Parts: sequence; structure tokens; C-alpha cells
Amino acid sequence: MSDAMHDLTLTLNGQAHAIRVEARRTLADALREDCGLTGTHLGCEHGVCGACTVLMDGQPVRACLLFAVQAEGRAIRTVEGLAKGGALNPLQRAFAENHALQCGYCTPGFLMLGTAILETDPGISDEALVEALSSNLCRCTGYANIARAIRAAADAMSTEGAA
Amino acid sequence: MKPAPFAYHDPRSIEEVLDLLASLDNARLLAGGQSLMPMLNMRVAFPDHLIDLNRVEGLTGIMEEGGSIRIGAMTRQRDIEESEVIRARLPLLAEALSHVGHRQTRNRGTIGGSLCNLDPSAELVAVATALDAVLEVQGSAGIRELSIHDFPVGFMTPALAPEEMLTAIRLPVPPAGHGTAFTEFARRHGDYAIVSAAVLLVLEGSRIARASLTLGGVGAGPLRLRTAEAMLVGGAPSEATFGAAAAECAGIEAMSDPQAPAWYRRRLSAVLTRRALETAAARAAV
Ligand code: FES
Ligand code: FES
Repeated sequence: MSDAMHDLTLTLNGQAHAIRVEARRTLADALREDCGLTGTHLGCEHGVCGACTVLMDGQPVRACLLFAVQAEGRAIRTVEGLAKGGALNPLQRAFAENHALQCGYCTPGFLMLGTAILETDPGISDEALVEALSSNLCRCTGYANIARAIRAAADAMSTEGAA
Repeated sequence: MKPAPFAYHDPRSIEEVLDLLASLDNARLLAGGQSLMPMLNMRVAFPDHLIDLNRVEGLTGIMEEGGSIRIGAMTRQRDIEESEVIRARLPLLAEALSHVGHRQTRNRGTIGGSLCNLDPSAELVAVATALDAVLEVQGSAGIRELSIHDFPVGFMTPALAPEEMLTAIRLPVPPAGHGTAFTEFARRHGDYAIVSAAVLLVLEGSRIARASLTLGGVGAGPLRLRTAEAMLVGGAPSEATFGAAAAECAGIEAMSDPQAPAWYRRRLSAVLTRRALETAAARAAV
């Protein structure tokens, strides 16, 4: 079966990346292999683990369940877009301070999921937070510290906002 | 874990999709991709052509019309779950959606994709069956309507011709005085259910005027419990009536798989049916 090459421009963390890929190239692979953004991790490549979570137009999605050709014209954000000028953002700091990572494999996915939660639902209930986090797997931390870190970041950001 | 090569098609209109379906061999439609993409990645599915529905106009939206709610096939599950109309008029659908995967997968997953994938334990298939959904199917000859009860023709096989597509689903809004409930048992929240039960009860005074009971996950397709429904109608919404109806589940044909043996599915079916009946009755009463 022929699979022609597709020329696309992806908008990643606000920057345009022109790439040439086969249609079967997943967004996750395109980020890592064609754009050099290896912060997005691949755990399972079939939608189970959430390690590949990125934001598309502000919503968390699994980058292994999207083709790069489908992401053209959409705003994609990855973990590389979180720190500004080498300084960790409040959510990243909260992960470090609350011991929300050990091996770090799942962390990019949880950071992007957490980013979406903070942006769309900062006052999220504990129950809804657990439900939202259940889409991603972590084999190290036991999840409690991840939930705690997201809550801490939400609190830090609301006091900063109020100050 | 990488898909086999395919030719990618990115149509903008339903007509274009139908033309492609009519002219291409071994083509698959790509909806939200939350089931098909894993199958492509694992090479369980290897179409020669992939027709992406994500940029097709006219396949999304939720509208109330003439006693029914019409939902475009490509409407995202998350949009349905959060819709005011759905929460007010078809709470059974919103309740079931909270069990479909996770928020994150519901951002992409669609109602039409889930129905056409026809996984035996898919929550949306059970709810559509409980609510007597009508499906709008479009082909080159025009639009035909199909009852959800005639939709599954075998394991994960919908009654769609290769050149047809599902464009919308219509769900009749049950009359006032009804209550619904969705219960399921899964190993973890968000996993496919081992068994699920979708129930609709319409009460008139102290009698049950209408009952609809559907089990998901027990066999290849959703199972409507017609005998138990007939036992309920005319009876009082009491523990004894519900217990007797749920006991009917002891006789159903259930499948065995590595997740659970048939006897366990039958037992779950009875428990979940009884719980769903009690919840639906309590909701109908308020
Ligand atoms: S790599 Fe995408 S969900 Fe696991
Ligand atoms: S920190 Fe190791 S998998 Fe999450």
C-alpha cells in the first residue's frame, strides 16, 4: 500500500515546525523523532498509560492515539513549553517539592494533565481530581503525591493571583 | 506498535466520505480514534485507506427535536457528558458516560465511534439499547433509519454496508415520572465493564407503567431482558418485585472469558440489575 509523504506544519508550544511524515506517523512519534521534542514519553503506544499526554487546543489528549496529520492547524503544547527561561513553573516546582515523581517516566504526561486541570478546573473536587488522574499510570509514586502536588500548585497559583 | 502504511483521506463533507467509501477497497473510517488507533498501532486492523472524519462538517451537535434528542455521530463524549440538555433530559446517558474511559479519552472519543465499534461491554451501546435509539445511516442511496436493536449482527459487527456510515443517533426522551440508573462493575474505574446494567422505569401512581432493562458485557451484544421487563410492568416498585425481576438473570446466556466466567457474569447481572432498579425507582419517585 502506498503511503505518500505529507508536508505539514505543527504548532508546538507556539512555534511552527515544518515536517515531512507518512500519514501513519503518530503525533507522539512526530514530536520525538521529527521535531526533537523528546520530553513526551511513550509507555504503551495504545492508549492505556497516558505517558504521551499533550494538550491539543487546551485539552489533554493521548499523542499516541492521534496522527501527526490530524494535528495540523491545532495548538499543541508539550512538557517542553512549561518551564520559562530555565525556571520551573509552579506545577513543576510542586511536583519536585511534593515528591510526585521517582523514575520520572510518567511525569511529562502527568504534568500536561495537571496543566489542563489547573487551567480549566482549578477548584476541582478531590473526587474529580482522582477520576481525572486515573487516565494516567505511574508505577512508582502511588499517585497520592501527584494529587497533592497538583493541589499545592493550584493553591500557590491562587495566592499568587490574589497577591 | 506502529501502524502499517495506509493512504490517508481527509474529507470535509459527508458526500465526499460517501464517495470515498464507494470507490475505495478495504477502507476504515477514523472517528475519535480511541479504539481504532490502538488497533492500528497493534496491527490488529490494517486498512489500505483511512478516512478521517474529524474535519467533516455536519456530524456534530446535540439538538432536541420532536420528543427526541438527536446527537451527531462525531459529537465528542465529553461534550455530551457536559451538555445541559443531556443532563436534564437523558441523565442515563450522562451517568453512563462517566464510566467510559477517562476524561482525557472522552475529549476525543465520539458517540458514533463507540456505537460502531460495538465492543460487547461498551456503555454507550447498552444505554442506546435501553433507550430504544434510532440510528441515522447514510449511503449513496440516501438516509435510512435503523433501530439499535437491529444494529449488532455479530461480535463487534454493526449492520452497516461497506459504503455506509452512521451520521446521527436519535434518543427518545422518556415521559415525565421516569427514573433511570446505570451501574457497572469493572476491575478499575474507566476500564471496560465486566457487566453493566442500564435501567429505565416509568411510574404511574404506585405502579410501574414501563420498564427497560439492558445488560452490557454478558454476550456479544447488549442484552435486553424482555421477560424481566414484562414481569415488572403493572407491579409495584418494591423490593420483592425488583428481586424477582433480577432473579431472571440466573437464566441468561453469558460468556466466559479470561476476565470472568459465565456464572460470575450471571451473578453480577442479577446484583447490578437489582441495584439499578432500586436507584431508578428512587429517582422516578422524586
Ligand atoms: S503511550 Fe500513549 S497512552 Fe501510553
Ligand atoms: S515516577 Fe516512575 S512511573 Fe511515575
